[in-house]
Amino acid sequence: MTAVRFENVRFRHPGGVEALRGVSLTVAAGERVAIIGQNGAGKTTLVRHLNGILQPSSGRVLVGERPTAGRSISELAASVGYLFQNPDEQLFASSVRIDVEFGPRNLGCTPAEATARADEALAAVGLSAQAQSHPLHLSLSERKRVALAGVLAMRTAVVVLDEPTTGQDARGADLVAAVVETLAASGRTVIAITHDMDFAAEHFDRLIVMAAGEVTADGRPADVFGEAQVLERAAVEPPQLFRLAQRLGWPQRPTGVQQFVDAFAARAPR
Amino acid sequence: MIVLREVSYTYPEAADPALHGIELNLQPGSITGVVGASGAGKTTLAKVIAGFLPRVDGGELTGTVCVAGRNLAELSLVEAVGQVGLVIQNPFNQISGAKYTVREEIAFGMENLGTPRAEMAARVKQVAALLRISDLLDRSPYALSGGQMQLVAIASMLVLRTPVLVMDEPTSQLDPFGTRLVFAVLDQLQQAGTTVVIFEHKLELLQAHADRLLVLAGHTIVADGSPTEVLADERVDGWAIGSTRYTRAARLARGRGLLPVHGALPVSFEQAAATFGGAR
Ligand SMILES: Nc1ncnc2c1ncn2[C@@H]1O[C@H](COP(=O)(O)OP(=O)(O)OP(=O)(O)O)[C@@H](O)[C@H]1O
Ligand SMILES: Nc1ncnc2c1ncn2[C@@H]1O[C@H](COP(=O)(O)OP(=O)(O)O)[C@@H](O)[C@H]1O
Ligand SMILES: [Mg+2]
Ligand SMILES: [Mg+2]
Repeated sequence: MTAVRFENVRFRHPGGVEALRGVSLTVAAGERVAIIGQNGAGKTTLVRHLNGILQPSSGRVLVGERPTAGRSISELAASVGYLFQNPDEQLFASSVRIDVEFGPRNLGCTPAEATARADEALAAVGLSAQAQSHPLHLSLSERKRVALAGVLAMRTAVVVLDEPTTGQDARGADLVAAVVETLAASGRTVIAITHDMDFAAEHFDRLIVMAAGEVTADGRPADVFGEAQVLERAAVEPPQLFRLAQRLGWPQRPTGVQQFVDAFAARAPR
Repeated sequence: MIVLREVSYTYPEAADPALHGIELNLQPGSITGVVGASGAGKTTLAKVIAGFLPRVDGGELTGTVCVAGRNLAELSLVEAVGQVGLVIQNPFNQISGAKYTVREEIAFGMENLGTPRAEMAARVKQVAALLRISDLLDRSPYALSGGQMQLVAIASMLVLRTPVLVMDEPTSQLDPFGTRLVFAVLDQLQQAGTTVVIFEHKLELLQAHADRLLVLAGHTIVADGSPTEVLADERVDGWAIGSTRYTRAARLARGRGLLPVHGALPVSFEQAAATFGGAR
């Protein structure tokens, strides 16, 4: 089943910049996809089409096999959850709990159900103790996780995360990674934009590379990170241990710690 | 260049200090990295060094902060800004809101410091070229991607050519090349004698570029040394600063009996190349 599809999508910002120059791609339900690529490549512009914040200048965007054109933002919000790059664009309420419960209530959940969902989402992002806080009294990295909790509480089939690990410390990054794993295990479609190549390689099955408004590569992390010219044009580099294996001249292409050590173990048995 | 003596700081209405017992002496021509878990006090320390606390946000500071031999508290705001540039944590908030183009936005701080017009234009051009954002100069500062905004925020501070530059997570929105570019620029500033303090989570880049690494935990400095030394410290897990992928791989390999268990774990690419490249 198709979760989302872009058909030759072009988009020009009101300012005049053509941010998307003909993007076509399909994401199947249950896939976990990371979008990587240079600053200004059009990643955020692309995913903002999925919840109807933006409509293409030409081409079509489909969510759940139906075009987004003519569908309201609130209708799309029931299918696609979107974590904004800047959490301050997303948060509005005077307490963390009110903010996180807002989405489920809007979907028609009972107050008790909204509360239960908020509790679960706040636990997942490690902020249960901050439920009564004012979002503005939290740090930027915490605000990002409050916004993430708000997205999780919607329990949408498709979850789109715009740079979810940005500014997170080690624990925050682990929590975000666990959220991605949990979502994927429950069959949801996860699409994340990231500049963290290790995170992309370790938690996603498919990488989409963008440069200058176009998709320039699309495939498994181990394959995409082998394409030096594509990476160079997109201002990205392979993950740390992938580069180390390259430097050591190993034939394997490890994308994470486990694979790297497996490759090491396979080299010369004692 | 910067000396902090017995510095403690408490936010207005806060019960406990956000920083306490800070002793620090930073030399010109050095890059100091600061790491610490969320809430450890990084942003607070950045603002204290830049003279924003208590001047801008209130609260109570005890102890002294001296820049170039003068007590920061006794400088006017303009004098303080002329000494220490601060790139704040959220680039979305650093844009002044007063300007229509990126070119004017980058020049904004110089206007306040009274830099001559002709020189302003030349400096904006130079710094934009350095950060590879020349093509954005005539755009609106609001019509930018997150990473582009962060580069503009960095440019706005670099252009002031302050003797001290403090950066609070300046690469959080940048692509990998942009991140490397910022660190390369810091290397150049260091060569030119600038005192750089960078608060950052990316351990492998700090390892490669910083002369000195400080760890903040529990609102005070708990470690201070060369990055390689500090990252290999046996207390590192307790600081909640994470570890490089090189260290994690070596730990796992030791756990599986693939590497000898004695000696320091690798913290950098070069060390890991030696650890895993040696004949087995
Ligand atoms: N509100 C806007 N108005 C006009 N142009 C914009 C606007 N937002 C972004 N742009 C431009 O559109 C292009 C794509 O921006 P977008 O935010 O999609 O990039 P991105 O790939 O998400 O980058 P980053 O990694 O820096 O977040 C860039 O050239 C950017 O300057
Ligand atoms: N404006 C503020 N008012 C009160 N407390 C604050 C404020 N900003 C930060 N704090 C508190 O000060 C401590 C240090 O925060 P901060 O310097 O932002 O940490 P970091 O940058 O390391 O994440 C935390 O306990 C935080 O909750
Ligand atoms: Mg973006
Ligand atoms: Mg901070």
